[in-house]
Formats: sequence, structure tokens, C-alpha cells
Amino acid sequence: MKIAVLSGKGGTGKTLVSVNLAAVSPESVYIDCDVEEPNGYLFFKPQDIKNKRVTVKLPQADSKLCNGCRTCVNFCKFNALAYIKNNLIVFNEICHSCGGCLLFCPQKAISEKDREIGMIQRGISGNVRVVTGMLNIGEASGVPVIEKLLQDSRKENKDVFIDCPPGSACMVMESIKDADYCILVAEPTIFGVHNLEMVYELVNLFQKPFGVVLNKCLEGENPAEDYCLQNEIKILNKIPFDLELGTMNSNGQIAVRKHPKYRDLFQNLLQAVRKEARHETASDS
Amino acid sequence: MKIAIPVDDNSMDTSVCISFGRAPYFLLYDTETEENNFLNNSAAASQGGAGIKAAQNIVDSGAEAIITPRCGENAAEVLKVAEIALYKNTNNSIRDNIEALKEGKLNLLDDIHPGFHQHGGS
Repeated sequence: MKIAVLSGKGGTGKTLVSVNLAAVSPESVYIDCDVEEPNGYLFFKPQDIKNKRVTVKLPQADSKLCNGCRTCVNFCKFNALAYIKNNLIVFNEICHSCGGCLLFCPQKAISEKDREIGMIQRGISGNVRVVTGMLNIGEASGVPVIEKLLQDSRKENKDVFIDCPPGSACMVMESIKDADYCILVAEPTIFGVHNLEMVYELVNLFQKPFGVVLNKCLEGENPAEDYCLQNEIKILNKIPFDLELGTMNSNGQIAVRKHPKYRDLFQNLLQAVRKEARHETASDS
Repeated sequence: MKIAIPVDDNSMDTSVCISFGRAPYFLLYDTETEENNFLNNSAAASQGGAGIKAAQNIVDSGAEAIITPRCGENAAEVLKVAEIALYKNTNNSIRDNIEALKEGKLNLLDDIHPGFHQHGGS
């Protein structure tokens, strides 16, 4: 089962939830898709690390074969190509590596070269295989790194926990595409409701089964909870606003490996997720 | 010499457009024959890379100089390879700028900005 954890903004608790769920599961894979600033590995401190480069394809023209017909320039929807003074100029940051220019070149003058945009790091932390995507600084899009991360996880028969980037843009869409179930993490504020709405719209658009985890819950009013009740959104669990949990988290410790209290909390959450996800599959078939 | 200016409308009474890549039109003005032509900027509606496409269109039009308030990095790279000179306009009147260029009163545009890339601005 693949479970994606998402939220409308950073700092809501996606990593807290996904790291602890992965740690509490008997055997699991944790995939950090927040490739711009991955931090799950700081908690797991994985061993036996292996790195793999992630590259994208960039076109290059052979000036001997190119006759300046500009089929490629006219084809490129992203305007990544210009033809000036008998030379094809390629703008690396704008190219989406679609390969169309290569395909349509009547002279077969275009070939592809690799450009490194990031890497994937794999390691082991007890019962968890930790896979982290890391995008190089200054790159325009992490989507190719996320694609690679999830490609390899397709064959997995263990539970996979996908720690998504914040927000609801392309990189998040890429991260939840294959997920069987989505967990939306929300904060108990009006701002938290706005962030929740963003990801709520997204999972609906993708028609993914989902439930909400309310994080940092205090006594008294909880606008995020009210929002869930009004919209009949399943609340999976509530995580209290808790100094001890916050301290462990900021020290890079995994709460479920430190304290039975939190082990119970996340075990219950995992059970709730399993029950919901199964229920969804059953009602689908 | 043929010069190109990003403009807001296809008329000699219009003003210089504040954007290069997303200007609706380019005025192509021939300083010798005093002929003017308006080029519909097909790049204006592009999702991305508007500057590159606009620069390509201007290069193809045969212009040798451009008068513009600003220009992004990518467009500037295309224009540099094509050896087209970039001048900074002094005000919004097309005619004034053309006169100023003829008299050698325009400065070269030296502050090339990194581009807006769909992050606001125009």
C-alpha cells in the first residue's frame, strides 16, 4: 500500500507523520519527495548509503547536419530553442526534456546529452528503507527526481510512505499520482484551514481516497476540525500540541522509537489508515 | 538601420511597452526610408520562454538595434549572439526615442534582469 502525506504549507507535520508511520510499521519504505529540502533522513540517520545521480536529457544539434529548417524551434512549446546565425541555442533551464525536437528533426541532426539535476540516496534504518530525493540548488523543477523516486517504488510490496513537498503544485501532483491513500495534515488555525482546502481540492481532483490528521491540537477551538466536520471529511487522528513531542522532533528523534505513548498514537493512526484504505478498495470493487 | 521597439499598440501614436517579451507588438522602423511596420508579437501569449521567442522574431525581422525599457537574461543572450544592440528608452514616446537614437543620445541598456518567469511583473 502506498500512502502519501501532504499539506498546504511547510511545517505542518508531514515529516513527523510519515517518518513515525514508517517507523511504526513492521517493514516499510519511506520516500522523501520533498526534494527541494528533504529532511526525513535527519530522523532516520540511515546506514549503508548508496547514491545515484538523476539526469535529464538535453538536446544538442550537430551543426554539420542541421540545415536551419527550424522545425525544432517552432515545435518547442516552451521556447527553449532559438536559431541564430546558423546555430541552434538551447536554454537548459527552460527545456522540459520532452524529446520532441529530436523526434521531429527532418535532418536527424539532434542528439541528446545528460545533465545532472540531483540525486537519490538510499539507506537502511532498522525496519525502514529510507529513500531520499535531492534536487540540486538552482534547478527549476524537481519533477524528474520525483518521477525516478516513484518509478523504483512501483515494485514494492511493503508499505510505502511518501513524504510530499508542501503545497499543491506539480511536484505534489507527481508525488501522489500512484498513491493508494492520502493523509492530509492540518493545523488548528484559520490559516491551517486555508492550507487544508488547497490539498483537499487536489485529492478530490485526483479522486484519491483520503483522511485528515489534525496536528498540534489544543483544548478549545479547532477551525480545521470544524472544517472537516462541515465537509464530512474523515478525521483519522488528532496529535496533541505537546512540548515533549516537539522537543524530540526538533532534536531529530523518532518519537515512536523513543516513547510507548507515541508508539500507541501512531500505531492507532496506521490502523485507521489501513482500515480506511481497505474500505475504499472494497467499495471501489 | 532597422530598429525594433516593443509597443502597446500597432500605431505610431502608441507608447513604448514596459515589457519586452510580452509586448503586444514590435514597431520595426527603418531610419533611412522612414518606413514603419508593426510586428505582431506571437511570443506574448507563450506560457514560458516569451523573451526567447520574441528575440528570435526580432532577429528574423532583420532589425539591427532595439530600444526597450528592459530585457530579460534569456532574450539578451539570443540578441547578443545575433549582435543586436540594445538601447534604453528615455521616455514613452516612440518618435522621441527614434530621434534620440538618431542623434546618438540613447544609452546602451546594461541592467539585464533575471527574467520574471511567470512570477508577476510583465
